[in-house]
Amino acid sequence: MSLYSRRVMTNRIGVGLSMAAMAFGLLALLWILWTLLYNGFAALSWDLFTRDTPAPGSEGGGLRNAIVGSLLIVGFTALVSTPVGILAGIYLAEFGGRSRFAAAARFVTDVMLSAPSIVIGLFVYALAVETVGGFSGWAGSLALSLIAIPVVVRTTENMLVLVPGSLREAAFAVGAPHWQVSLKVTLRAVKAGVLTGILLAIARVAGETAPLLFTALSNQFYSTEMSMPMGNLPVVIFQFAMSPYDNWVNLAWGGALLIALLVLAINVIARVLFRKKSSD
Amino acid sequence: MSAVMTSNPVVVDDQGSQARQANQVRKFKLQDMIFHRVTLLFALLVLAALAGILVALTFEAMPAFREFGVSFLWSRVWNVPDERFGALSAIYGTVVTSVIALSIAVPVSFGIALFLTETCPAWLRRPLGTAIELLAGVPSIIYGIWGLFVFAPLFARYVQPYLQAVFGPVPVIGGWFAGPPIGIGILTAGIVLSLMVIPFVASVMRDVFETVPPQLKESAYGIGCTTWEVVTGVVLPYTRVGVVGGIMLGLGRALGETMAVTFVVGNSNRIVGSLFAPGTSIASTLANEFGEADPGLHISALFALGLVLFIITFIVLAISRWLIQRGIAKQGK
Repeated sequence: MSLYSRRVMTNRIGVGLSMAAMAFGLLALLWILWTLLYNGFAALSWDLFTRDTPAPGSEGGGLRNAIVGSLLIVGFTALVSTPVGILAGIYLAEFGGRSRFAAAARFVTDVMLSAPSIVIGLFVYALAVETVGGFSGWAGSLALSLIAIPVVVRTTENMLVLVPGSLREAAFAVGAPHWQVSLKVTLRAVKAGVLTGILLAIARVAGETAPLLFTALSNQFYSTEMSMPMGNLPVVIFQFAMSPYDNWVNLAWGGALLIALLVLAINVIARVLFRKKSSD
Repeated sequence: MSAVMTSNPVVVDDQGSQARQANQVRKFKLQDMIFHRVTLLFALLVLAALAGILVALTFEAMPAFREFGVSFLWSRVWNVPDERFGALSAIYGTVVTSVIALSIAVPVSFGIALFLTETCPAWLRRPLGTAIELLAGVPSIIYGIWGLFVFAPLFARYVQPYLQAVFGPVPVIGGWFAGPPIGIGILTAGIVLSLMVIPFVASVMRDVFETVPPQLKESAYGIGCTTWEVVTGVVLPYTRVGVVGGIMLGLGRALGETMAVTFVVGNSNRIVGSLFAPGTSIASTLANEFGEADPGLHISALFALGLVLFIITFIVLAISRWLIQRGIAKQGK
């Protein structure tokens, strides 16, 4: 009896602690989100979208230049990383097979998925900022692309591998060349999954701060010139949150809310899209 | 599959169409070769990026290594005006914050994974799993400003004095909790970091827990094991490799994280025994100093720090990948 009750006791404590862990995780999520919504909505106003970041000591101001800059940098990142990632993913799925090169490429891609983003920033600084034309929106996009590409490569490959062999063989049997089979049959079959990968890649880079610090830098003024330093939300949040000015801190919260909502929205859309398509 | 690729489905009816088809097949072959090469080129790009990072960082770090030698790694001086640099304080902060983060994140993630795979009612499984995954998607800068404005003040006011009162008189451990409770420091950075890492570790653990064959668990339940006994006696031994892989993934993330740490670590290049004291990490030193560093030794020393960070995280993440893959591959056997 005492052994039995001890086992029951241990089980209760263990399971109880696991529930507590789950509650802890959820509470942390809710706490962070609540602070973000509370402070972020307090900072939300039309000025946020129509005015530029204020000079030190001046009143008010908004985030227009940073929002536009972020959209441009992330937009170009998506434009670059989508084709590169998809083509590399096609190679790994269609031609790579079990070759040693493909295994190495997969391994490196997996590791790069979690590589410290600030080091990517250092690399792009050495590659593009120091050598050519200084800080620029292009350099920022390049840094973000290096982070986004592995995400697209791996999801594309994982999706393509799931395509039934019969579909591929049917296409080959009617005499289609390999490139047509890849682009017009298999890739099309996994459209939703690949799109999910692209969205997740965008969500991943949209909030990245570290790689932009030494590449896109920041710009206090409105600019759509990608070859110049460019304002962007994450770096503005970083600079403003650490500042002594109340209106700057306020703007940092507003920016943080925008970024978080954007990232969460993309994540949710990607999930819904994928679930709907894959259950068809 | 390769047999299918190379066979040419040519149907012979007359001379003209045969020639046309041969032509077509030749054209397709050429196109396929180009397609193969182009995709190969992009796959090579990924490897080239890795090589590029190593080469570029090493090249830029050379002046610092030439000046300070290998002792750069264990010198604790970081003096910008005198241009004397050593990596130890940054490495110390990076390692200590990550260790704190993992010592909180690992048990919590284990609990979450246990709950999601064993005790959670089926209808709750998906929403809760999704919530944890969404937490993984929250940009780290959000954790950073939450830590700075919300967590650190509360921590300084309510938790730190309490910790000091409880552990202060204890020998050895007491020193960890010495100094003014200012809220910002190594311990706070470790805690904020742990919140950031939990979702990653928890989702890997959940995924490997799900690879345990149901028959194995059911036979344990069948002979009267409790949930806890099934998890510690069947699930954990079966998924050991994958679980360690998940922990290593979390470690890799924690070591390289910039924003969640920079906001709350205090950014001081000194090694103090107390966990309440401000410190720095490699990533936060880079974030704080790189923008304003003068070209020359300072920049080079920062590149050297980056190189050290990249190599450490690369090794940790490589081990993690290898273990997770081995853990998941078991599923088919």
